[in-house]
Amino acid sequence: MRIDSRAAYESFRDEAKAGLAARKKEVLVCCGTGCLANGSAGVAEAFGKELAARGLSVEVGTFTKKTGCHGFCERGPLVVVQPEGILYTQVKPRDVAEICDKTIANGEVIPRLLYKNPADKKKVERYGDVPFYKHQTRIAMRNIGKIDPTDLGDAIAHEAYAGLVRALTELTPEQVIKEVETAGLRGRGGAGFVTARKWKSCRAAHGDRKFVLCNGDEGDPGAFKDRSIMEGDPHSVLEGMVIGAFAVGAHEGFIYVRDEYPLAVVNLTIAMEQARKAGLLGTNILGTGFDFDLRISRGGGAFVCGESSALMRSIEGKVGEPRQKYVHATDKGLFDLPTVLNNVETWADVGAILHRGGAWFASLGTAKSKGTKAFSLVGKVKNTGLIELPMGMTLRQIVYDIGGGILGDRPFKAVQTGGPSGGCVPESLLDLPVDFEKLTEAGSMMGSGGMIVMDDRTCMVDVARYFLKFLSEESCGKCVPCREGLHQMLVMFDALVAGKGSPGDLERIEELAAGMQLGSLCELGKSAPNPVVSTLRYFRPEYEAHIHAQTCPAGMCRDLTAYEIVPEGCDGCHLCFKACPTEAITGEVKKTHLILQEKCISCGACYDVCPTQSIRFFPKHERTVA
Amino acid sequence: MSTEACVDPAALSDILSRYPAAEPSLIQVLQDVHRAYNYLPCDVLVKVAEALDVPLAKVFSVGTFYKAFSLVPQGRTIVRVCTGTACHIRGAGQLLEELERQLDIKAGETTKDMGFTIKTVNCVGACAMAPVVIVGEKYHGAAKPAKVGKMLGQGGGHEN
Repeated sequence: MRIDSRAAYESFRDEAKAGLAARKKEVLVCCGTGCLANGSAGVAEAFGKELAARGLSVEVGTFTKKTGCHGFCERGPLVVVQPEGILYTQVKPRDVAEICDKTIANGEVIPRLLYKNPADKKKVERYGDVPFYKHQTRIAMRNIGKIDPTDLGDAIAHEAYAGLVRALTELTPEQVIKEVETAGLRGRGGAGFVTARKWKSCRAAHGDRKFVLCNGDEGDPGAFKDRSIMEGDPHSVLEGMVIGAFAVGAHEGFIYVRDEYPLAVVNLTIAMEQARKAGLLGTNILGTGFDFDLRISRGGGAFVCGESSALMRSIEGKVGEPRQKYVHATDKGLFDLPTVLNNVETWADVGAILHRGGAWFASLGTAKSKGTKAFSLVGKVKNTGLIELPMGMTLRQIVYDIGGGILGDRPFKAVQTGGPSGGCVPESLLDLPVDFEKLTEAGSMMGSGGMIVMDDRTCMVDVARYFLKFLSEESCGKCVPCREGLHQMLVMFDALVAGKGSPGDLERIEELAAGMQLGSLCELGKSAPNPVVSTLRYFRPEYEAHIHAQTCPAGMCRDLTAYEIVPEGCDGCHLCFKACPTEAITGEVKKTHLILQEKCISCGACYDVCPTQSIRFFPKHERTVA
Repeated sequence: MSTEACVDPAALSDILSRYPAAEPSLIQVLQDVHRAYNYLPCDVLVKVAEALDVPLAKVFSVGTFYKAFSLVPQGRTIVRVCTGTACHIRGAGQLLEELERQLDIKAGETTKDMGFTIKTVNCVGACAMAPVVIVGEKYHGAAKPAKVGKMLGQGGGHEN
């Protein structure tokens, strides 16, 4: 059916809502990449079978829905039973029959499958009461986990395309830009450029042929919010892009999706087909005479293609090398024509802003950073997953209230944000309110929302070296400061982690970093030294220990670390024996074990599994090999 | 190269028919070629260059720039070890070592029987389940070195 007017949209939406209300029960099975890996496809299939076997789908209006990512990936597969909102975690196909018999047929809760809050050991029944969800405010991810991403009717019943209807039938392009300006929306890809300003320049640019692009090349390791949005609510991205195209006067667009995100491509393709059939994309959108169509461009697995000019070269079928930015993309972008490029999350915000008003969006957040921001909270934290919060929440609230604290209650060391362009924020700044400005002041950046929590067992020199290695592989090689600077810096860091650093190395590293920041062509090179500079700023003593004492305080650099078993604590549980990959541990069950130093490769596997904490690490140069 | 004998010309003409014959189609065509042949065979690249009217040097430049492409034949099952930040700090390094040890190849190489290729990827966006290994199409979350043998055993499963 084609939706060719505002009235047609409203009647379609009301009908879809009524259909939804008629379902007495709804079973939501998370089918994001995380839950699928944990086996949620089997759970969804089991629900289909079990419900059909009981004849439930007809009698009580029960419906199983495969949704996008609920965010709490670590506890997957997740199942939510609506309308009560009962959350079951780590559901297995064999649990499905019991859920059907007890919860769906009789409204009885199964305690065994509930989430247990590690803080007070109490079971939590309702989705909204789980601390992980309680503190969140979702705008870009408003419908993820609630809708079936492959069902346009379900999306519209949840107000998808309401913002588009308002923009196209009530507002002029200028008024649309004004609304986005009122919202104070800034680019969610990391740099935080003011979206309305970009749109204005593109609207003012000469030429009839313009492009609207979506950057779905989420390359920062540790970030996956864009993946979840494209997989779980592709319509929110399409809606934002059509609104943007209307505002700047474009009729063609591309969504550039990372090669590593196959499910995102599938769900976006389905959504585009449905939107075209419904008259929400393509020619004569909503019967207003406005035309705009989209294509998907799959990336080739190059990190630099997340950079705007490199991304455009890649869509043109070329090698993804960036260019100088003295001419803006809004004047000469894709195929040298005026182009607006925004991040997936930015586009997802646009529809909500047009639907609920810019003032509403601006009422959330801090003075200069409005609205909410999606983050992926990962690393050494108890509750890992995807979250969306109003700007200005502190790191402490994020790590401890939402994340539930550090794994194994170890000491907190740092949060890494902004991916390879960002930095590490230390414990002394845990009360830092998170927004674009504050993170930059702290020497990090927002980036695409990865928050990687690190504990005392993370070596900051190793972390900096990790990013250097990543970037030296991903540098496109076009400009010398980035290509050679990264290589030289990596050589110095390889020496540091091997205990072969020399006095004066840190000063040389800082000088090289300053040169790269000044001289590199694009943001990849300019920001490449950030992880190094920020760890040097906050964790300098750790660097000095590597150079002057040939010691890794975190016990992670293998060339500097040795392990031994403390005989008094060892109860002979034999776990370390099984964990050791090199058979360097001897000992029988219930007897004290011993690490053979000449065989030990210092991998730390024994340390991590020891239940009595009876393995200790110490500087390798202190060990005496028998 | 002896492997070129198995290249099926019909697959190429089918791929080329799906896209406009111009440079912007290059990456999409190469992606489909890679999927069809499991690598980018030299003689196919020559034909792609002719068909899209792009200099052969540019085709090679694109074919070597992007990580998704390989100019040498790949194993039947690709084992991808995620080395994103979250996986790195949760032990991706040990996993990779164990895989390299069991298959007796290094990352980027293919076993002699063409069964497996090990690749590292910079984050597959499943960080909440770090460390992650993808064997064929199957994702393994919270992977441990001790489970590597079992993962390789179930090879090309088709979940996700």
